[in-house]
Amino acid sequence: MKIRKLIVQVDETRIEMGKSIEPPTRKALAMAVIANPYAGRYSENLDELIAIGEELGGLLGDKCVQALGIPPGQAHSYGKAAIVGEAGELEHAAAILHPKLGAPLRKAVGKGAALVPSAKKRGGLGTAIDVPLGHKDAAFVRSHFDAMEARVSDAPRADEIVVAVVVTDSGRPLPRIGGLQVNEIKGEDGLR
Amino acid sequence: MIEIRRILTQVEDIHHEFGPSAAQPLRRGAIAAVLRNPFAGRYEADILPMMDALQPLGLQLAQQLHAAMDVPAERIEGYGKGAIVGAAGELEHGALWHVPGGYAMRELLGFKDEGKGGQPGNALAIVPSTKKVGPPGATLDVPLTHINASYVRSHFDAIEVRVPGAPAADELVVILAMSCGPRVHARVGGLKASEISKWDGLR
Repeated sequence: MKIRKLIVQVDETRIEMGKSIEPPTRKALAMAVIANPYAGRYSENLDELIAIGEELGGLLGDKCVQALGIPPGQAHSYGKAAIVGEAGELEHAAAILHPKLGAPLRKAVGKGAALVPSAKKRGGLGTAIDVPLGHKDAAFVRSHFDAMEARVSDAPRADEIVVAVVVTDSGRPLPRIGGLQVNEIKGEDGLR
Repeated sequence: MIEIRRILTQVEDIHHEFGPSAAQPLRRGAIAAVLRNPFAGRYEADILPMMDALQPLGLQLAQQLHAAMDVPAERIEGYGKGAIVGAAGELEHGALWHVPGGYAMRELLGFKDEGKGGQPGNALAIVPSTKKVGPPGATLDVPLTHINASYVRSHFDAIEVRVPGAPAADELVVILAMSCGPRVHARVGGLKASEISKWDGLR
């Protein structure tokens, strides 16, 4: 895997709508800009990207947890996304995100019974993607439905892919629309 | 007077830009704090009290950025600062950041009389800056130059900073940025960092 850039961001909200958030909600985003080995051609087999996805699941997941400065078990929600440069196809993003990225990411966040929500698109330099977020152990936890915007000003070039992973240690700043609560999680089926 | 709503930190490692991979990737970082603009929606003649009030925030952000970059202070070679003012404010409100933002990074990186190769101090150069009035999610290209000599050509750089969703009309985004070296494939000549000799902040 050829990484051109690695970027880590932490977004911390201390006040929302004039109300203090204590402790602040925090979302960490790690992005890698990588060369797309299949740029410019159709390849039936996408194994190289599947292997890259596996490597990035661990690398980016660890970067996020490290940036939050928490033990893995204290991670709350996660999400993943990819932006494929214009010489690549949407299926390239799928090859990175879906077959093997999940297991090492789950290891990085301690557990992870729930599906890792995802988004993908094709784009150019500076294209933004909203990485969807859901609770790592129970997808129906309503307070943790959220998103974080990911964007690299000089990527992806045509033959690159931007791969993004987000890990949080919290839900939305002022959740109050009911639904399943964190303290009601069973954490067995990944849903509730 | 200073009410922080949100802080976004960003650290990046640039391995290459289609040239040879750097032995040590270029690390750059930026920190952006979203604050309430106490002067939003009106003309206030005397805004200077806020400049003093911003000093502790400047120091806190400089330290927080330095910690996120996870390098010794001696490795910081470039710096810059900036501000984005929400739509109900004026550019002059962003200008309040010039002194506290610059002071903070010089406080963090500065030292005197170390005697290294005749270097009489550190963080001698002006901290380059930019600012604008903008909508939520506006991007700001924060200029970076060498901390000891503004004319070091390899260190002329910029880092794009953007806080999705901010600034709201009545907010300010204040930004500090630092880098650990020259552009990853710097090769357009000019004054080199190793050639700094006047120690006047310029050359």
